[in-house]
Amino acid sequence: MSIGEPIPRIDGSIKVTGAARYTADLRAPNMLHGVFVTAPLPAGRVIAFDKGHALAEPGVVRVLTHEDMPRPKTTIAGPPFAHSFLPLQGDEIRHEGQPIAMVLGETLEAAEAGARKVDVRYAPTTAKTPVAPLWSELDRAALAPKNTGYFFFEPEFSKGNADQNLALAKKRVEAVYSQPSRHHNPMEPSAVLALWEGDALTLYASTQHVYGVQMGLAALFAIPPERVRVISKHTGGAFGVKGLIWPQEALAALAAKIVSRPVRVVLSRANMYSFLGYQPRIVQKIGLGADEKGALAAVTHDVVNLTSVTDDFIEFATEASKSLYATRSMRLSQRAERAHVAMPTAMRAPVEGPGLWALESGMDELAVDLGVDPLDLRLANYADADPATGAPWSSKKLREAYEEGARLFGWRTRPPAPQRDGDWVIGHGMASCLMGTFRFPSHAHVTLRRDGTAVIEAGTQDIGTGTLTILPQIVADVLGLLSSKVKLTLGDTKLPEAGPTYGSSSTMGVGAAVLAAAQDVRGKLARLANLLPEEAAMVDGRISRTGATEGLPIADVMDQAGESEIVGTGAFDPAQHGAGYSMRTFGAVFVEVGVDRALGLLRLRRVVGSYSVGRIVNPRTARAQLIGGIVWGWGMAAMEQSPFDSALGRFLSKNLAGVAIPVNADIPSDIAIHCVEEIDEKAGPIGGKGIGELGATGVAAAVANAVFHAVGKRIRDLPITPEKLVA
Amino acid sequence: MEFRSHLTVALRVNGRRYEVPVDTRTTLLDLLREHLELTGTKKGCNFGECGACTVHLNGRRVNGCMILAASAEGAEVTTIEGLAEDGKLHPVQQAFIDHDAFQCGFCTPGQVMSAVALIREGHARSAAEIREWMSGNLCRCSSYPQILSAVEAAASQATAG
Amino acid sequence: MQSFDYGHAADIGEALANGDAPNTVFLAGGTELLNWLRLGVAKPARVIDLARLKGFADITRLPGGGLRIGALARLNDVALNDDVARDYPVLSQAILKSASAQLRNLATIGGNPLQKTRCGYFRAEETLPCNKRKLGSGCSALKGINDKHAIFGWSEACVATQPSDPATALSALDALYVTEHKDGGRRIKAEDLHTLPGDTPHIDNALRDGELIVGIELVGAARHSAYLKLRERESYEFAIVSAAVALDLEGDRILRARIALGSVAHKPWRLNQAESALSGVAANDTAAIRRALDASLVGAKTLAHNAYKVRLAKNAAERAIRLAAARTW
Repeated sequence: MSIGEPIPRIDGSIKVTGAARYTADLRAPNMLHGVFVTAPLPAGRVIAFDKGHALAEPGVVRVLTHEDMPRPKTTIAGPPFAHSFLPLQGDEIRHEGQPIAMVLGETLEAAEAGARKVDVRYAPTTAKTPVAPLWSELDRAALAPKNTGYFFFEPEFSKGNADQNLALAKKRVEAVYSQPSRHHNPMEPSAVLALWEGDALTLYASTQHVYGVQMGLAALFAIPPERVRVISKHTGGAFGVKGLIWPQEALAALAAKIVSRPVRVVLSRANMYSFLGYQPRIVQKIGLGADEKGALAAVTHDVVNLTSVTDDFIEFATEASKSLYATRSMRLSQRAERAHVAMPTAMRAPVEGPGLWALESGMDELAVDLGVDPLDLRLANYADADPATGAPWSSKKLREAYEEGARLFGWRTRPPAPQRDGDWVIGHGMASCLMGTFRFPSHAHVTLRRDGTAVIEAGTQDIGTGTLTILPQIVADVLGLLSSKVKLTLGDTKLPEAGPTYGSSSTMGVGAAVLAAAQDVRGKLARLANLLPEEAAMVDGRISRTGATEGLPIADVMDQAGESEIVGTGAFDPAQHGAGYSMRTFGAVFVEVGVDRALGLLRLRRVVGSYSVGRIVNPRTARAQLIGGIVWGWGMAAMEQSPFDSALGRFLSKNLAGVAIPVNADIPSDIAIHCVEEIDEKAGPIGGKGIGELGATGVAAAVANAVFHAVGKRIRDLPITPEKLVA
Repeated sequence: MEFRSHLTVALRVNGRRYEVPVDTRTTLLDLLREHLELTGTKKGCNFGECGACTVHLNGRRVNGCMILAASAEGAEVTTIEGLAEDGKLHPVQQAFIDHDAFQCGFCTPGQVMSAVALIREGHARSAAEIREWMSGNLCRCSSYPQILSAVEAAASQATAG
Repeated sequence: MQSFDYGHAADIGEALANGDAPNTVFLAGGTELLNWLRLGVAKPARVIDLARLKGFADITRLPGGGLRIGALARLNDVALNDDVARDYPVLSQAILKSASAQLRNLATIGGNPLQKTRCGYFRAEETLPCNKRKLGSGCSALKGINDKHAIFGWSEACVATQPSDPATALSALDALYVTEHKDGGRRIKAEDLHTLPGDTPHIDNALRDGELIVGIELVGAARHSAYLKLRERESYEFAIVSAAVALDLEGDRILRARIALGSVAHKPWRLNQAESALSGVAANDTAAIRRALDASLVGAKTLAHNAYKVRLAKNAAERAIRLAAARTW
């Protein structure tokens, strides 16, 4: 029985030996290195280029600008493109750091040196800059958003009369919570290697969606998708920033076409701050109205997030309030603040990630006001059905998650007053966790060979989540093989189309397709063995009637039939599963922090994360995902921000020294993860839902709540830095 | 004193001798990745701010992006490709698998090279010490607790063995 | 990087003979120089690699007591040296809180104090208005993002801080930087190595072109000493504020305190008034210690976003005094 086993990662050997190859590790004969020149101002036009000095740099072959680039035949709009603006197509500058020229060199050193020698004259125009992060300012500047393809939910929703109920409520919390823009900073900078053979393009890219890149570039270049092959065997971390198409992919392909040589672009770390998206600055106003016992009568949630002048990216934080607690009335709104900044994008965790920062802080303030235990307040408002639509949940065991989490943490027996540990004051806090369930159609093939090995083919991606282990486990389970005998081939548009590896969707989506394909194989083998597919079971390399003691070896059955291999196909169509049900994942996070008031220091001491997510295919990889999410939440709470200079219109520190993400010394070993035993039969055949992002929700609020417990200071603006804590 | 704008660097990498013509600007990291096609060592930031490029130079762990190839003349360099012996994983590599100490794998070569050196340095005396001395290797997938477990296990195996 | 010519100096004579030519820089650990080259902060025509110099990495005891640390000694080697760790724990701690283990295996004790500011405008991948990078272009931090910038010694031309932890400890220890130059070397007091911006913010320190730090001398011992470094994350990050303290104690009484704050100015900032006021004060007399610190901090000049650094600096100094006093033998 493979599913449910904590088997070690099948990609272990290639990753610990450095044998796994990422896009920047690849070369092509006659390849040129591409390095971009970027605009140093947020708005304006490029007037003129002087390429002379750059071209004089030994090894520089070409300097491409918008004057050289062909204009695509189609305009891009919406996903799979991250925004509907392709640079190097005109002289317009829409944000600082926008690519405006591309230097191609025989060596990296030549291209990098050449890029610094391209002289550009600009005509600046007045840039729209982000206003001060005060609700009053944002309320004035914010606009009703326009849907240019990036609306994944509704920007407005209401049920009942929330404003009136809020005004009449016996207990009321109204507060504004904010968080600054921050960047994903995966360890692998995005890279792309583009090669043309005639009118056929092969693109190696660090991406979360090979098919998305294929579809997008095929449309952009007006060539049939079959003439575009996208390959991504391993992506070095993504977290949302490699899910859609950013400019370097198209530009590298265009450059390769122009010079008739392969072109490889590896973005610099600085480029990662302007070429790609980020989680934008978000300010949220929460209103909670409750009775004396804490039962919510009204929830209002108004969100304004920063976006570019090109498209409205909306961070749907209101989804948290829409789906978590039972309430008679709610009013939710999302608005955009447009400025000459790069386009934001989804970041682990989007939507409920920011949403719970506000909602779970607000709930804690309400609990304090009421004098009730924060966990009891959550329980008092438990939603047995979807609060917005009334739809039943596909599966929800959040009560069990709260209870077990509290037990593991010792929540009910925690000392009410903050304790001391030397100079540290200890605080405890908790929050609910919540994530939506995204599902994408997927296909897969499974081939069983007479030697008892199997190969899975699916155009999914490896971004580190455990896919390379989980999909073989599913096949091993169905076909009675050892997981080590099953190999997954992925990351290539020549393989059956699978969905993107984002939205915590892969295990349930591609996994379902793989499950179906394996069942198809078993069914075919069964017929060869004169068994009905429904009554066949496979164990230890043999097939038999379910319950029978003796089975026939796979090789015997296949040899008898004169077959050397059996191919099965499978698909997952989300529309066929769970219609009429509301699907989400849930959890609770409990944290213990230490605060050194004199020095303004905040440190994490221990965490318990307890989750209701459905079936866990591999507890080992699941634990890593959930811990990873918790660390992301800690980063959001305690340190992450990308300071933006309004005068210059740019993110100030485009590096890893001026921007802090957690290091090893920040993270304690005492992080306990619990997943409630649960199978969600409605969501999909695997019985599980996603876990990649859930762990990152709720943490920031739990931390702020713990800080309040420790030192009595309510912080409503992230991150919680020494500046905000020092006595 | 002789100044050159191009030179040939002679060095040993993973026990093998190479003579590599380089630009004076070429870093050790780019010599390994672009000239010797040893791509196991990764470029995460190219500013010494992430540790993904960690290799051993004359027995010490260092950031490959912070060394000019020219400075590595005559040096003994070990990269991730040079750890396993005769196809058998180094105990630290095995510990990383056993303790699930990676996810996307991009920072992993640097983590492993750091851990091997850390144990040799004698900086595995406590969990706190390991965490601190491994903090020069960023991991955005955030496998930190698992990395700690792997290093602890490999270190106690090293003391026992 | 822009192209440059590269050479190895075979000995100190060769290094010095070639070192003061125009557009020539020395390469020691390289952990700063390579980043300057990548940013375009430095565009030398020639780089002189000091790696082959012999005899400049030793740590030796001085006849009259004290220590001589060769400038090319790697940071980790200095911090983990028994004599340094026992007699100058503030220096050992300051080094071990710097950078990362890998960087400390490359960086040298002579090079580290010469690192440049971490001001985000200075370190940008583009040249932003920054008088330190381009004199006359203005100071973006003065009216911009300055939450990490100076509270002492700044001018309207530049509000950057000097981030070296070892230099801060060396300042509290009254170290001497021993230099060589083809026209003759000198001994520079720690407090005189770094320069304040004034109207010459493009200058970081007192070294002449072609002048090389060859050693650092410490006199006496400072066993009751400690280094405290404050930052958002626990490691691998520059300080928001740091404090280096060395105490001469008699019983539980402070005979002499030496306190240097790091990352509050473009040099380690000795709290001279506080030091005077602490003479004779009991090491556990919190109130007196805080009053003494106020005497120095009252002179702080804050910017729009860094007033909190004054409180942080005071508390850091107070804590470092407590840690220094508590060191037991």
